[in-house]
Amino acid sequence: MTSNPAVVGQRAGTRGAAGTTPAVPPVRRRRRTLNPSQWAAVGFAAPLLVYLVVFYAYPLWRNIDLSIHDYTIRAFVQGDAEFVGLENYADVFASSTFPTALLNTALFTFGSIAFQFSIGLALAVFFRSSFRLSNLLRALFLVPWLLPLIVSASTWAWMLNSENGIVNSVITAFGGDQINWLTSPDTALLSVTIANVWLGIPFNLVILYSGLQNIPGEVYEAASLDGAGAWRQFWSVTFPLLRPVSAITILLGLIYTLKVVDVIWVMTTGGPGDSSTTLAIWSYREAFGTGQPDFSPAAAVGNLLIVIALVFGFLHLQLQRRQEATS
Amino acid sequence: MHTTPRTRRTLAALTALAATGGLAACSSGGDGGSESTAGSGTYTWWDPYPQHDESSDWAGRVQACGEEAGVTIERTAYDTTALTNQALLSAQEGTSPDVILIDNPAVSTLADTGILTTVDEFGVDTSSIDQNLLDAGVVDGEAYGIPIGANTLSLYYNADVLKKAKVDPASITDWDSLTAALKKVTDAGSKGITFAGIGTEEGSFQFLPWFWGSGAELTDLDSPEAVEALELWKGWLDEGYAPNTVINNSQNTVWEEFLTGDFAFAENGTWQVNSAAEAEFETGIVQLPAKDGGVAPAPTGGEFIVAPVQEDTARYDVTRQIVECMTTPEGFVETANTFAYYVPPTAEGQEQLLSENEDLEPWVEAVQNAKGRTSDGLGTDYPGISEALWTAVQNALSGAATPAEALEAAQADAEAATS
Repeated sequence: MTSNPAVVGQRAGTRGAAGTTPAVPPVRRRRRTLNPSQWAAVGFAAPLLVYLVVFYAYPLWRNIDLSIHDYTIRAFVQGDAEFVGLENYADVFASSTFPTALLNTALFTFGSIAFQFSIGLALAVFFRSSFRLSNLLRALFLVPWLLPLIVSASTWAWMLNSENGIVNSVITAFGGDQINWLTSPDTALLSVTIANVWLGIPFNLVILYSGLQNIPGEVYEAASLDGAGAWRQFWSVTFPLLRPVSAITILLGLIYTLKVVDVIWVMTTGGPGDSSTTLAIWSYREAFGTGQPDFSPAAAVGNLLIVIALVFGFLHLQLQRRQEATS
Repeated sequence: MHTTPRTRRTLAALTALAATGGLAACSSGGDGGSESTAGSGTYTWWDPYPQHDESSDWAGRVQACGEEAGVTIERTAYDTTALTNQALLSAQEGTSPDVILIDNPAVSTLADTGILTTVDEFGVDTSSIDQNLLDAGVVDGEAYGIPIGANTLSLYYNADVLKKAKVDPASITDWDSLTAALKKVTDAGSKGITFAGIGTEEGSFQFLPWFWGSGAELTDLDSPEAVEALELWKGWLDEGYAPNTVINNSQNTVWEEFLTGDFAFAENGTWQVNSAAEAEFETGIVQLPAKDGGVAPAPTGGEFIVAPVQEDTARYDVTRQIVECMTTPEGFVETANTFAYYVPPTAEGQEQLLSENEDLEPWVEAVQNAKGRTSDGLGTDYPGISEALWTAVQNALSGAATPAEALEAAQADAEAATS
């Protein structure tokens, strides 16, 4: 500790000799010298800082690094990847898969969220009025959340099987035609979206239900005294008061849905062809889906996803700020 | 507790020390254990057989080969895809294991990165190995590994279903006779054939016997022959000879469908021999027919034994002894028996296997006719071509494009991927 000021002094001295403004040294000295309690503070923060750098900053930087170099397998091993700037991004945008993947991502994400949220909200409101077995029923609705994704996705794939899936047996029993849910380019995306909606309902249900607990009962009492029916109460009391919770639920749902790989991969591997390929699936396939890992384009697509998620995150913050300003 | 500044400072220093200590531990944690001196100590061995644990015969054999060379072998098992990634990562860190058993299409990929020694470099004689099998590990004329056994695809049939439809399996010699048999079987009320058209390597693997059987080449995906092969599959789907589910079938699903007893035929591999024997119906195999008769070349499967480059070249001598121990004729047969589905890659080994179990005769024939996916000098171009090919199969079978359109797009994609 005692050697510290001396070192700083020396540095300040050389600075002075180099001809910088003479006013600088005293300021520097005060800034550079941490007193013991500040050192302790740094020490205590160090594990967290190290954690953040190792597990957040470095992977993020590495992802960007991968996407602006041409990492073939050989370059990956020998560490001599050529710097190509934004070429990987240009390739991604020019690829014939890009428009399909972008459209599929949009349809998959917004389709999933719209249904997850509205069904989750409907169920949350339904369970708000406690009735016999309501707790048990609500617990049952959490099952999709508890099952390992590989199990639920495989089960959905089996149910939607063209030849011997249960869904098609029901349809044909009522005289309908067999639908090739997972193997037709027209329905593959719809099928994985349905499965994902089912998977996402519990998350929406739980968060919205806890949001409902925070709305005081008096508001409803007052509303019913004013003669508002159930429908009116929902739109004029529940919905507006639930808005902050809804916003965060939708934002989280959006981020979770954007990055879904497992469900789609297990059910269709993004096929047939590219018909259920989302950006996340595309990225995964480039990196791990073929015998030849292409980390650079995969990282570029991954970064695009991060940017999309960030945009919506900022949009959320903006909306929240405006809301706070008006209220 | 009342803390003086001094104790607080000590605490802070300790915390910082712990944090950096933890980091140091991490950075040395990925070591593959190749720091021991040559000729003694521990040699590392990776293989893709996690189903064989430490107490298995396989692990015992690996260990025995180590003991023969006077060292202990530290064996780690990964699943197939993880193994390639692990091999790449370890090469990047400079901690490659001494021996890896790796799926044959990955050999050229790893060789291309320069992390593998050539067979000549560590001095193993490969003259007795069947050329068509060795070829999968050849890059620019240099062999980078030795097949420890080979498997391939063939056409299983359900004898009961064929009997009911009055189809003689021996009559199936070319595409037309197969399609005629499928028609008879479906007319008799059974299901025809099932295969795997999934959008992964397995899809290409299963399509290749038909692709090659038509005379098509992987360098020319949209040739008329290739279109004919895809039209054959598409025709079966349209006629109802094959179920629509084949578009998403993996090879395991194909086998499950076959085991229901409804299907007359299933395209599957050597690894199902035991399961076929245990099926509730009588099974048999016919060779996958080429378009105009004869046996179509099916792609080879199976692992290669490779030796990654080591800084300490003195280690190669022991590595060579371990590899030789695994690749004697007796060793090959033992490997074949351990996995129940491996055909030895040498004539001597095949003879010995057949003398023990002559039922494997058609499989030995199939392996002799098989062809490596990375052969013909394709090497690292193969994965890109394969992805284009399975996408075309998916697009054609699902009706998103005609076979000709799908293959034309595939050829363009393959050219872009390999240029």
